[in-house]
Amino acid sequence: MLFELIVSFLILFGAAFVLLGSLGLAKLPGFFMRLHGPTKASTLGVGSILLASAVYFTSRGGLSVHEILILIFLFLTAPISALLMARAGLHRQMGGENPSHEETGKD
Amino acid sequence: MIHVSLGIALVLIVIAMGLASYRLFKGPDQADRILALDTMSINAIALLVALGIWFETSINFEAALLIAVLGFITTVALSKYLIRGDIVE
Repeated sequence: MLFELIVSFLILFGAAFVLLGSLGLAKLPGFFMRLHGPTKASTLGVGSILLASAVYFTSRGGLSVHEILILIFLFLTAPISALLMARAGLHRQMGGENPSHEETGKD
Repeated sequence: MIHVSLGIALVLIVIAMGLASYRLFKGPDQADRILALDTMSINAIALLVALGIWFETSINFEAALLIAVLGFITTVALSKYLIRGDIVE
């Protein structure tokens, strides 16, 4: 019963954060605002869902550590990919080869 | 109780994937499209893990790990291509 409560809470929390990150990706104006929405919220959301899966399969018998592996990998790679995407966006903005950055404000 | 919350969570994650694909098709810049692809790979991991709890199978974890690795490598390669104009220097 306690396991079910913990797993349900973690699943709902994670799904809400995943939706929040994608909502920020779809709705925020400007590339750098859009960058910081999903990179933080989605990582927390996926982390909660993976923790819920680990708790669930551990409570069903047998220790389950696959999820922790995915979790460590995601937490290691999310800042690197965010940094590279920010550099790519900055490079496109500094290059001045696309005028679309001026009109993203009214998006 | 777990199945009810899993149903709600699956609906929320599918809506999130729809929003990310909207940004993927609309995004005014190539960097927005890379960001949308990265978000979609993260959402696909969440969807696979939630479906693994739903069907009570642990075979989805390998697929989720593969999607995590391939999503990271795709993001790095596309960002390097945008920055340098070349992937392998």
